[in-house]
Amino acid sequence: MTKPAYQSATVTETPALRVEGLGKRFGGLEILKDLSFTIAKGERRAFIGPNGAGKSTLFNMIAGDLAPSCGEVTYFGENISRVPGYQRVRKGMVRTFQKNNLLNELTVQDNLLLVLQMKAGLEHVWYRPRLAKHFPDIYERADRLLETWGLADRRNAVVKNLSYGEQRQVEILLGIATEPRILLLDEPTAGMSNSETQYILRLLQQLPKDLTLLIIEHDMDVVFGLADRVTVLHNGGILLEGDPQAIQTDPRVYEIYFGQEGVL
Amino acid sequence: MESQKIKTGSLAAVLLLCLVPFLSSDYFTGIMAEILIFGIFAASLNLLVGYTGLVSLGHAAFFGVGAYTSSLVAIHLSANLFVSLISGLLVSLVAAGIVGFFCNRVSGFYFLMLTLAFSQMIYALVYRWGSLTGGDNGLSGVPKPTLAGGVALDSSSSLYFLILILFVLVMAGLRLFVRSPLGQILVGIRENETRMKSMGYNTTFYKNVSFVLAGGIGGIAGALYSYFNGFVSPKDIYWTMSGEVLIMVLIGGAGTLLGPVFGAAFIVILETIISSYTDLWMLIVGTTFILFVIFIPKGIVGLESVWRKSAKARAPVQTESPESVS
Amino acid sequence: MDILAIQLVNGLSYGLLLFMITSGLSLIFGIMGVLNLAHGSLYMVGAYLALGITKHVAPSFFAALLLAPLLVALFSVILEVGLLRPTYRLGHLSQVLLTFGLAYVVHDLVRWIWGSSVQSLSIPASLGSSVELFGQTFPIYRLAVMGFGLIVAAAMWFFQEKTRWGAIIRAGLSNREMVGGLGINITVVFTVVFAIGGLLAGIGGVAAAPILGLFPGMEFEVLILALVILVVGGLGSITGTLAASMIIGVVDTFGKVMFPQLSLMIIFGLMALVLIVKPTGLLGKQVN
Repeated sequence: MTKPAYQSATVTETPALRVEGLGKRFGGLEILKDLSFTIAKGERRAFIGPNGAGKSTLFNMIAGDLAPSCGEVTYFGENISRVPGYQRVRKGMVRTFQKNNLLNELTVQDNLLLVLQMKAGLEHVWYRPRLAKHFPDIYERADRLLETWGLADRRNAVVKNLSYGEQRQVEILLGIATEPRILLLDEPTAGMSNSETQYILRLLQQLPKDLTLLIIEHDMDVVFGLADRVTVLHNGGILLEGDPQAIQTDPRVYEIYFGQEGVL
Repeated sequence: MESQKIKTGSLAAVLLLCLVPFLSSDYFTGIMAEILIFGIFAASLNLLVGYTGLVSLGHAAFFGVGAYTSSLVAIHLSANLFVSLISGLLVSLVAAGIVGFFCNRVSGFYFLMLTLAFSQMIYALVYRWGSLTGGDNGLSGVPKPTLAGGVALDSSSSLYFLILILFVLVMAGLRLFVRSPLGQILVGIRENETRMKSMGYNTTFYKNVSFVLAGGIGGIAGALYSYFNGFVSPKDIYWTMSGEVLIMVLIGGAGTLLGPVFGAAFIVILETIISSYTDLWMLIVGTTFILFVIFIPKGIVGLESVWRKSAKARAPVQTESPESVS
Repeated sequence: MDILAIQLVNGLSYGLLLFMITSGLSLIFGIMGVLNLAHGSLYMVGAYLALGITKHVAPSFFAALLLAPLLVALFSVILEVGLLRPTYRLGHLSQVLLTFGLAYVVHDLVRWIWGSSVQSLSIPASLGSSVELFGQTFPIYRLAVMGFGLIVAAAMWFFQEKTRWGAIIRAGLSNREMVGGLGINITVVFTVVFAIGGLLAGIGGVAAAPILGLFPGMEFEVLILALVILVVGGLGSITGTLAASMIIGVVDTFGKVMFPQLSLMIIFGLMALVLIVKPTGLLGKQVN
């Protein structure tokens, strides 16, 4: 077995993400307590744990959508704890949502163009309609992405008219179109059929190797098919962290997660 | 070609509007001018309500600031059109910048409350500052605007053409803007602000842009209204005016370019007809509004698509319309 | 010193008056999700009904204080059942717009029936005199309004914190679906809440009439202040609303005495400050 890209890198390389002492309280309730971990560049880290373990809260805080009660987030050596969410996106820290969170009344292409126009630095153009004849580059880029993600024939469909699985695809596609350095995927295959899940998994496996991936997932096929390392969250803390194989065989995981859910 | 059709249609409409002063009485020309002014005003609010999804109940503040500023400039400094109009525009832009800064710190009904509250504050300021604004009496004797060389736009038709030119400029500018990348960001915010943030957009900044732009165009409408009437009344800045323009937008159809103009036409014509019978105008407009909200929530422009659908349903030949497939 | 104490009483009584009105608005907003822009109109109707009752039915302020709010509550029930209940499916924004259209209608109806000139309701003789306290003379009516406002505040607090209905209401504040899940008839809750809001607005209207006078347009002066209080106090907190009401009442009263031109500006300055420092209001909960 060849070593993943992140392990062959020198030890001194700056980690993609470092989380130190991150915690969140709502009123008297402690949702997350004192989390610390480091993720190397190019690493693919899965976060698993039963519902209510704090996985989505963790992602919200890393992405800057939720202010932590304490702790720091460092992104490629830069402390971004006070940086607003939208600026983190511009730096390359991008998230997708657990529940489809799209511009439902617009077409798939228009959703995508909103991302691409910013990547192309066109967002402040106000004097010219955003038509293909004026901005051919972003339309071509949109076409390529839609092609790759199997949505080419749904280009002009209004998002709310797509099937759930297709909407899920758009959700992930919008994240990828932002060209992130770190991508946070919050249950990318939630609610998808088995074949849809396999399809998404193959696409995610083909993502560039230098893209750092954090993924919350319940589907173990996806976790083991994608992740280099797995972190198990339980009751707002880290239960353990390790290789997928080690996690799979650990009795504690079985107890809190597989045992409760009754699946493996 | 769709855009070709739109071009031809707009050109025909503008030509028709150009003929109004020649073919009709001064009275009718005046009504048309009022429709165009309120059309600009409603279109400016529509940028906020219809395109950005920010429902403001205080838009008269900027209409009033524009009207008072350009009138005061015209009375005390210079009646030159460009001087007074641009002063009105600038001051309403600044006012919108300040009010928008506060209102955009909150969202939903809090935004609605704050816009209403701030506009009433500006009203109170104007009302109390009688030495400058004439208080309850308003400002009368606003001179007709003059062009370079001292030519005054004092006939009803010259004033009408001034209003028409600005109307065409504003509408053409808005059409360009809402379809541009920047305008599409506003539409994105209307649809889903959270998503726009996670795409990397500083949504607060764009909401402020929308607010300032809407305020500025509203100020232009106010300035035109003061030229048109020759006076400014504190009623132009009161909550009833904010409500009336919101009613125009919603009755006409928010989020469409022409809807608010139709809404303005509807309200102005209704008011003209009603006022010769009764002075219970607010009762009528309030009731009309309630009926529209309940029965025609998409407004006059929405009516057209409802009508089309039902026409199709009634036509026995065409059993399958292309839209109903998806 | 004399002036200061008297103005303080005036400010506090005004603040408590505003509290009665705002707490009804806040209650409706919190539970039904509808910002009732006709709330000021209910207040105005209460005041004018009191005027009508003392003129034509029974020349007694207390009869008006008893009757007018009940009539306003009845009017509210009619509005809720006739206008809001059939339109829940339209969503909150549409309903808010409906209440706004209603404010127009009520404004003109009141003007039509009672005219647009400023009128006044006289203070009942038994409350018309002054009383000496701590070497100062205070108008009894103001003190009565204060006392009454405090009673309403206490009742509101007790109702929300200690009763089953209050528990439902607090549940509604945090989770609307849950109330339905408890097997409670949400439709009835909404009607009752709207009636209580109307009752409070009506009481406020009658109590304010002798102090502030009656004129079409009074409803938006009070509505605006109530909205400012909601923003300053924060949603979902009786204590926050009470504190903000007192602050606004006192600041406005002193502002009118000291800087008559700028009194509203001071209040809005205060609101702006709160918005910058704490957008959720003084004691408000996080609103998402």
